[in-house]
Amino acid sequence: MPSPRYTREIPSRYRLEAGRCKGCDKVAYPARRVCPSCRGKEIQMVNLTPKGKVVTSTVIHVPPDDFLMEAPYAMAIVETPEGARLMTQVVDCEPSTVLPGMDVSLEFRLIRKEGKGGILCYGHKAVPVF
Amino acid sequence: MREVAIVGAGMTRFGELWNQSLRDMFVEAAAGALNDAGADRLDTIYVGCMSGGQFVGQEHLGPLMADHLGMNGVAAVHVESACASGGVALRQAFIDVASGMSDLVLAAGIEKMTDGADVTNVLATAADQELEVYHGVTFPGLYAMIARAHMQAYGTTEEDLAWVSVKNHRHGAMNEKAQFPGEVTLEQVMASSMVAEPLRLLHCSPVSDGAAAVLLCPLDQAGQYTDRPVKIVGSGLATSSLALAEREDPAFLDSVQLSAERAYKMAGVGPRDIQLAEVHDCFSIAEICCIEALGFVEKGKGGPAAKDGLTTIGGRIPVNTSGGLKSKGHPVGATGVAQTIEIFRQLRGEAGGRQVENARLGLAQNMGGSGASSVIHIFQGV
Repeated sequence: MPSPRYTREIPSRYRLEAGRCKGCDKVAYPARRVCPSCRGKEIQMVNLTPKGKVVTSTVIHVPPDDFLMEAPYAMAIVETPEGARLMTQVVDCEPSTVLPGMDVSLEFRLIRKEGKGGILCYGHKAVPVF
Repeated sequence: MREVAIVGAGMTRFGELWNQSLRDMFVEAAAGALNDAGADRLDTIYVGCMSGGQFVGQEHLGPLMADHLGMNGVAAVHVESACASGGVALRQAFIDVASGMSDLVLAAGIEKMTDGADVTNVLATAADQELEVYHGVTFPGLYAMIARAHMQAYGTTEEDLAWVSVKNHRHGAMNEKAQFPGEVTLEQVMASSMVAEPLRLLHCSPVSDGAAAVLLCPLDQAGQYTDRPVKIVGSGLATSSLALAEREDPAFLDSVQLSAERAYKMAGVGPRDIQLAEVHDCFSIAEICCIEALGFVEKGKGGPAAKDGLTTIGGRIPVNTSGGLKSKGHPVGATGVAQTIEIFRQLRGEAGGRQVENARLGLAQNMGGSGASSVIHIFQGV
């Protein structure tokens, strides 16, 4: 992954920065220039609360090459208290136990490596809260 | 707008066609369509292809394909909407003829997937790179999440999913162009290896090579080429967010519903009027979601449709009589045009063992990504 592309995503990936529309309160993650709900253009930056609920999930058994060592792993769409939804891996648990309705916290983790000599790519993964 | 008809069709067999290149397959399908109609000229060519650039390192497909068809100089352009590229090529051809800009237009779909490219990664370019692919999700993974949401909301079962594959292979067994024309049993599907829970290998369409092409002209000129033209009476294209997480209801394909509304409105018909349909069953759950969004069944009631025989040949609304993407194969850019050819053959009474009796009105639905684009055409026999 070329470094400029990675750098641009750091605010949303490292700090969960999102945008709240001043017109309709819709929170878009990552922030957008135009609100996907009402097309408003006045956007206020907010940080998502690092927790949420699983909306839907799967367990990946046949992964992309970069994730070969991790399979099988659980992935889920997680909704935060602000109503924003993120695609994340769900870790530190038995993958098959990750089901809709599960409460999770979002933690800063290593996501992938850019080949053997490239940069380490970070972001958030979900961890079940019991 | 002028009335538009399809007057000829041609396609390769779908499968691992190691002896044919991308251009070879295009020429076989395109020449087949021209021969079928007895035409020897073209005004315009639309080439639907998802990713010649990443699968075989070839872009600029419009002039390349025109040249190899012996049509140097003809207007030709490549159109792309991921796995809906073929359907979108047909729509562009339809608009071109309807508008009066062109009289004889070829709509083709092509894809070469087995030349050694990393297919999982190339297909993943149709998902959101920054929000989905970065985190390790695959296309089967995205549709698996749709499946789990559907199961959670409506009680759809793994057996319901498996019946879609059983039914489509039963249909595909009668299609000489199909990549996997063999039947499969419920037990085989349910015991196949897990790809992304709850989707198993036999819930997934295969990796394929293939090409398909149809020839369009104004209805009032169709008599020059055939005595059995098929009219395009409706066309609808719609979009949704690339990222599945952005959609309010992950168990519902809103782009399919929106494109259907547009196509039905143009055709002046409703879902109850449609006698057969080809829908985009890239994964078994996709067919279930599509028949709901198309209005063939109520929302949430798509699960048991295959098991109950509703969507089988002989049922109320036969779906994927060609075998669908599951059995016929899914060379992504070619799929939308191949679906059109199945409806074209059915409405002309040329579908052999899988013929739907008295078919007059058919629909083809083709989509890209996890449902971020959907294109629908409605066809009528003349």
